[in-house]
Amino acid sequence: MTEMVHGGVRVLGGDPVIPRWWRTIDRWTMTAVFALFGVGLLLALAASVPLAERNGLASFYYVERQLAFGGAALAVMVLTSMLSPDVVRRLAVLAFAAVFVSLVLLPFLGTDFGKGATRWYSFGFASVQPSEFLKPAFVVLCAWLMAAAQEINGPPGRLFSFVVAVIVAGLLAIQPDFGQAALILFAWGVMYFVAGAPMLLLIGLGGAAAGVGALAYGASEHFARRIDGFLAPEVDPRTQLGFATNAIQEGGFFGVGVGEGQVKWSLPDAHTDFIIAVAAEEYGLVLVLFIIGLFATVVLRSLARLMRERDPFIRLAGTGLVCVFGVQAVINMGVAVRLLPAKGMTLPFVSYGGSSLIAGGILVGMLLAFTRTRPQGRIADVFGRGRGR
Amino acid sequence: MIRTPLRPLARILAARAKGENPDAIERENIRLRHEELRDRARARAEGRLFVLALFFLCAFGTVGIRMGVLAATDPAEPRSAGSGAQILANRADITDRNGQLLATNLVTWSLYAQPRQMIDPEGSARALASIFPDLDRDRLIRQFTGGRTFVWIKRRISPEQRQAVHDIGDPGLLFGPREMRLYPNGALAAHVLGGAAFGREGVHSAEVIGTAGVEKTFDERLRDPANQGRPLVLSLDLSVQAAVEQVLEAGMALMNAKGAAAVVMDARTGEVVAMASLPDFDPNDRPAPPTSGDASDNPLFNRAVQGVYELGSTYKIFTVAQALDLGLVTPETRIDTRSPMTHGRHRIRDFRNYGPELSVTDVIVKSSNVGTARIALMIGAERQKAFLARLGLLAPTAIEMAEAPGVQPLFPQKNWPEISVMTISYGHGTSASPLHLAAAYATLVNGGYKVTPTILHRDIPLRGERVISEQTSAIVRSMLRETVARGTATLADVPGYSVGGKTGTADKPLRDGRGYHSDKVITTFAGMFPSDNPAYVIVVSLDEPVETSGPEPRRTAGWTAVPVAAEIIRRIAPILGVRPAIATAGEDGVTLARN
Repeated sequence: MTEMVHGGVRVLGGDPVIPRWWRTIDRWTMTAVFALFGVGLLLALAASVPLAERNGLASFYYVERQLAFGGAALAVMVLTSMLSPDVVRRLAVLAFAAVFVSLVLLPFLGTDFGKGATRWYSFGFASVQPSEFLKPAFVVLCAWLMAAAQEINGPPGRLFSFVVAVIVAGLLAIQPDFGQAALILFAWGVMYFVAGAPMLLLIGLGGAAAGVGALAYGASEHFARRIDGFLAPEVDPRTQLGFATNAIQEGGFFGVGVGEGQVKWSLPDAHTDFIIAVAAEEYGLVLVLFIIGLFATVVLRSLARLMRERDPFIRLAGTGLVCVFGVQAVINMGVAVRLLPAKGMTLPFVSYGGSSLIAGGILVGMLLAFTRTRPQGRIADVFGRGRGR
Repeated sequence: MIRTPLRPLARILAARAKGENPDAIERENIRLRHEELRDRARARAEGRLFVLALFFLCAFGTVGIRMGVLAATDPAEPRSAGSGAQILANRADITDRNGQLLATNLVTWSLYAQPRQMIDPEGSARALASIFPDLDRDRLIRQFTGGRTFVWIKRRISPEQRQAVHDIGDPGLLFGPREMRLYPNGALAAHVLGGAAFGREGVHSAEVIGTAGVEKTFDERLRDPANQGRPLVLSLDLSVQAAVEQVLEAGMALMNAKGAAAVVMDARTGEVVAMASLPDFDPNDRPAPPTSGDASDNPLFNRAVQGVYELGSTYKIFTVAQALDLGLVTPETRIDTRSPMTHGRHRIRDFRNYGPELSVTDVIVKSSNVGTARIALMIGAERQKAFLARLGLLAPTAIEMAEAPGVQPLFPQKNWPEISVMTISYGHGTSASPLHLAAAYATLVNGGYKVTPTILHRDIPLRGERVISEQTSAIVRSMLRETVARGTATLADVPGYSVGGKTGTADKPLRDGRGYHSDKVITTFAGMFPSDNPAYVIVVSLDEPVETSGPEPRRTAGWTAVPVAAEIIRRIAPILGVRPAIATAGEDGVTLARN
């Protein structure tokens, strides 16, 4: 009898792929990402023109590149989101191996574009920053290891993932790229937290961090001066931060008008790290709040969906991905409004940058694949509760 | 901790009794346990995810609120400080040894606008566009009427332009003082001075910082208010510098050279009286550093300090001076000069055959490679290297210019084989800058005291350690004098100034470092005057010269660098106050009147 039910006749699985995808995907998040990309393109029209003129290129050269890369990134995002979590996991673990190797080889084959840090592979028409692609792959690998640890008789996956995180952060730190290294450690920390880190350990770590910070503030004059400079209410109007603050103030609630902004001419990183200042100056607080709203939508909706998820791997991977995404946005905007000390971090989907766009597409594509609605066995929960021992 | 046994025995025993397979029950038990684990984990994770969501909500909220607060405040507009006068003239002048101005400051003004203070924005915009044709009128109107509080218009305007803007009479148009660096002599001594650029810029002042040359070396000294604007006095003499540059430029054109360098140095103190490198540039409008091509062909390159060349036969005098000082030879010692001389696989030959043997003096006068190499073999590697080091030819010069510390002379780094001893004895296989050469010649001819080159004016002459004896120095002087009187540098014999010196012609090395060009040379003349008591040392170097007045092109130093150096000496010796020794034109030339 059983043979007739299991594996006998091959039944075509319910409904076709595209309608099922559309039904189960988090459409709000996807819409928000499309909107972010649109905003990025709008800002690139303003912010990248000075750069193109400085480099002697056609005025909208970078806008066209942003459009091409963004189109590719959105396509990658949609395709990735159609994959099943298992396939995503397999591909990501393989990709992690490949990216890891390329990261190791970076000091020998990479270029530094005269910026002092070897972070890029140059292919002539475009350059690739492997650390951008590392983040999603790393998150999935760690989620896989940590989820395995939760199985009965599972391996010590948390320890393994911690070792991987430390090695990867170390590789990034020698580039040197402390921002990405910190991001990797943050992603690991968040996943460990959700995977059930002991409360006592968390409190201990928090206390230790505060203690070390206080100690460093007292002991190291350099560190103290940086913190004091950051805490000081007055900002030197001739620094990048000063220009950014001034731009936000100039913009006010509704902006100085399309194309009227000045900050893009004085900030070298107007098209990447300080894109939010350009947005604030030209379109005012309205657009800034809209951007923040979009990021918040992606992060909060994804977290809400992950709360219902029973599969530990999916929950952890999704959490890691969404936190990497959200924290980049928070840091980028936090620096511009002087909530955080200066640190170069791009605004996902909005800042200009080929690698970062494509990698962002992959990241959000994976996130969408993980947050698709799928059966969580709720009925089984109800029945399982009353089972006898 | 309460353990749940994996095999609730009762059920399994019951199953056994019924004859069923207990494995299915066990699998079911494991599955149930797994489900339970997952539910517990999910419940815990739900709380923690909620904490995360709260964290992000707070973070985004804080950023948003902070943005709102910033947007609601007025921009920090640059306010008129009470007095802008105290920031003026805070970079000291640079003068030559006689107090002639080489670099000074000019107060110009920057122009900015505060549109809210403006009475007639459109009219002012139109007036501005007519004063500054490069400004776009419509753009200005948009900027002035767009509700902005602060607009930069021009970085630097002239006094006439300032007056014209003043005459518009709009209170919203404001000026900020801008001090700029001015080099009144244009390209004169450009490489020594270097240049300056704006550093950090504010509304009311802009930092002027040195970017090259003495402006960079003495940047802190020039900016230090403690010096109260006391000028930096260089050792240069403006008139001599001008003459040197003028003659060198003409000589470079005449000899079809692509570059030239000259150094005039006080033989006792090491003060550089003139230093020129061609092609040059105007430090008032310093060009951007080259991004392509050979940096050593760029006008910014200071050939006299940065150009490390094989200086050829000018080195022979070092070998001979050392041999004399060590007592290995006297000026009359006969040296075997049969050419070619074979040493292992190498052959050393002279420009032409000078016969079987020459005296040491004639080895210098006729410039015999073979003879010098034989003398060098008597000295040996260790002593040769030590002597060159004492002359300062193996280390960067100590001159106070930003470029100098990086200029390392080239020589065999690891071992110093015999073939190197021989080639280095006549200036091949080692490279140094013209400034190195001038300092070494000054040391040899001033009585034997070590000379350290300097660009600063020294009130008290410094006397360095003794390198060679007084007697050796005298012999060296007479040998150099004889070289000019009857040897390879006869064109340098400027009447009355008793010039002495030595020529050097070196093939240029190929770009890839393997071998030499056959038709490209660097010719050098290193000399001193007057030779009985030398006051000044001069080095002239031409890059790829060709003298074409004869039937075939001539490239040797005697035909190229020497006549240029002679003309320079003819021009500068009177300026430097060197008295010519006029030979009395016979007994009856002058009739003394005596009553």
